[in-house]
Amino acid sequence: MPTLLSAWFNSHQPNLHPPSFYSLSLFRSSHPPPSPNPTLAMALSRFASSSRSGSLLKPLSSAISLRRPISTDTTPITLETSVPFTAHQCEAPSRTVQTSANELLTFFRDMALMRRMEIAADSLYKAKLIRGFCHLYDGQEAVAVGMEAALTKKDCIITAYRDHCTFMARGGTLLEVFAELMGRQAGCSRGKGGSMHFYKKDSNFYGGHGIVGAQVPLGCGLAFAQKYSKDEAVTFALYGDGAANQGQLFEALNISALWDLPAILVCENNHYGMGTAEWRAAKSPAYYKRGDYSPGLKVDGMDVLAVKQACTFAKEHALKNGPIILEMDTYRYHGHSMSDPGSTYRTRDEITGVRQERDPIERIRKLILSHDLATEKELKDIEKEVRKEVDDAIAQAKENPVPESSELFTNVYAKGLGVESFGADRKEVRATLP
Amino acid sequence: MLAIARQRILGQSFQKIRPAVSVLRSYSSAAKQITVREALNSALDEEMSADPKVFLMGEEVGEYQGAYKITKGLLEKYGPERVLDTPITEAGFTGIGVGAAYYGLKPVVEFMTFNFSMQAIDHIINSAAKSNYMSAGQISVPIVFRGPNGAAAGVGAQHSQCYASWYASCPGLKVLSPYNSEDARGLLKAAIRDPDPVVFLENELLYGESFPVSDEVLDSSFCIPIGKAKIEREGKDVTITAFSKMVGYALKAAEILEKDGIYAEVINLRSIRPLDRSTINASVRKTNRLVTVEEGFPQHGVGAEICASVVEESFAYLDAPVERIAGADVPMPYAANLERMAVPQIEDIVRAARRACYRSVPLAAAA
Repeated sequence: MPTLLSAWFNSHQPNLHPPSFYSLSLFRSSHPPPSPNPTLAMALSRFASSSRSGSLLKPLSSAISLRRPISTDTTPITLETSVPFTAHQCEAPSRTVQTSANELLTFFRDMALMRRMEIAADSLYKAKLIRGFCHLYDGQEAVAVGMEAALTKKDCIITAYRDHCTFMARGGTLLEVFAELMGRQAGCSRGKGGSMHFYKKDSNFYGGHGIVGAQVPLGCGLAFAQKYSKDEAVTFALYGDGAANQGQLFEALNISALWDLPAILVCENNHYGMGTAEWRAAKSPAYYKRGDYSPGLKVDGMDVLAVKQACTFAKEHALKNGPIILEMDTYRYHGHSMSDPGSTYRTRDEITGVRQERDPIERIRKLILSHDLATEKELKDIEKEVRKEVDDAIAQAKENPVPESSELFTNVYAKGLGVESFGADRKEVRATLP
Repeated sequence: MLAIARQRILGQSFQKIRPAVSVLRSYSSAAKQITVREALNSALDEEMSADPKVFLMGEEVGEYQGAYKITKGLLEKYGPERVLDTPITEAGFTGIGVGAAYYGLKPVVEFMTFNFSMQAIDHIINSAAKSNYMSAGQISVPIVFRGPNGAAAGVGAQHSQCYASWYASCPGLKVLSPYNSEDARGLLKAAIRDPDPVVFLENELLYGESFPVSDEVLDSSFCIPIGKAKIEREGKDVTITAFSKMVGYALKAAEILEKDGIYAEVINLRSIRPLDRSTINASVRKTNRLVTVEEGFPQHGVGAEICASVVEESFAYLDAPVERIAGADVPMPYAANLERMAVPQIEDIVRAARRACYRSVPLAAAA
């Protein structure tokens, strides 16, 4: 059995992992709860990956201390969620959750990565490297991370335009994100989609949707197809408090309830639909109750463990009983998009208040420290690593080329039938669609 | 309100007798006759049988046997998991259909008429048509949206619009419009097999009409290529383009014109998008004159696109300005005499062809 020292040595081989593939999936434990005995190989790879970026020059002693088996400890830890769940037409799950050091550290790292990524996107937008729309998710990371922990890749997720972190949670890479935002070839949609149109079909992530509310019927359609195909999997269709009043949502919910579709409608209630507070847009802002005949659960969306618990509960429910609504009480620090300062319709005190009291990353940091699962320094090191990963990915994305001109005409159809398409001046620019 | 209007449509759908049957039988020897309705039904049946991913969804498609009986017998044959009756919620069920197509199923979504597709048009355009492009090929959408399009008889303004030009302007969609039973079978089968979103525009008044079909057409593998127009009648003096019901009118107009020594070439477009520009232009280069015929509103219509295409590609070959016959530029009136004026008639096509051939002078000169 290799010693810790040889593991450290092994990790310093060059090119262990190509730097462009920093992704959350490397740090993903198995779903839902981590297996009690991860293989040694997985353990070693985690040692290797956690040491990849920063520790080459560290003295041996601190390198060994990084190798304390904290990140692989899957001994169950029992905790309580911040608040109990509030239920509508169903019995709420227990607020007692099982987790582990491994899981908590994974959550911390994943959320820190997302946070860093979104803040970096803010700078890139201000530097005019990102154009058009850019809707940032910082503050809401617990929803993406907690949900992913409760699901498998057989389950489908569809969301709206605030999709960068959901894409990452489904296994996307930082390079794919930044390259897409900057309209480059290495982007997840090869630069043709942009911020609102990230997809990852091989992880059953269906976007990335620009029309408010449309993703909910689409998500119910995914659930329909899963039931039709007898896949024993579910679809999570995410929408905001702004979309919660859309008629098509209720149309889709009606059909889903009639046909018993395994659809979970998740309202990410960040309390503002663009500039309109929920109490100005909804006669009843109790979104978890708006399903009427469909059960619902209100969840503290800033508590990643509560999110995971609720999603596990919802998945089980939907597979047996049809649609259920989850309302995630969450908050976005940024405005609606980069064009919105986010301070004309809410006070700065409110924003800083949430940051101080309810920040999802801080909550996990406190949990980790109070349970002595890692030191403050170790957590700071993780944040530094994550920052470097993001910076490296941005540097790589900046070097990446823009799409070839011929890409203007690709993917119009799956089967183009040799048909002609035209540029702005059709006597100058024509193409045959493959 | 919608229910009453739909009842009115239903009342008329069975009143279409088939005077053409006995006439046609004397022409066709061993060829079988089937109605457009039977053609569509058999196409759906065969495609559902061949591919378990194909399923039907729409209002009254199941237990009611179809508002126009197009889906008759299919619920009984394939069961309620594959033939789904929906509530009257187009936005919701169309979105669900598109989502199912994202996952890889092959939905055939019926709109009771395409007027109601406007309630779901965001899903047709933004969720279906554009997804393959926005996702750089990751998410293809193998869905068919079908149903009656255009004017029926006496159903008024909200139930009579033709949507061909609206949908055909959108890249990412394919738009088909059959005329006869052969078209109906071949194009619907092609549409269901196609991996892209297809808008399939039928015509309520054609459902009950019979047409001869060969054995090849009746074979379960029969398919018509998408994007290819058909020359229904060859001619040398003027090209007449049409689709759906207007093909029948154009053919009758051609018979009348023949008596005057004008031999019209009638093109059945079959495919509005992709538009078969090469067949149209080749024909115009032969005849040097063009009349476009459509039922829909004239402004920004199918005929406008055909005219532009011919002017761009074959200007030197035109011996006369392109003539355009379309529905009147007004919402569809109810009174029978006004309705008659609002939809192209055979004499309109004949007159336009004569103008194109310099055989008459227009009554109303442009101001």
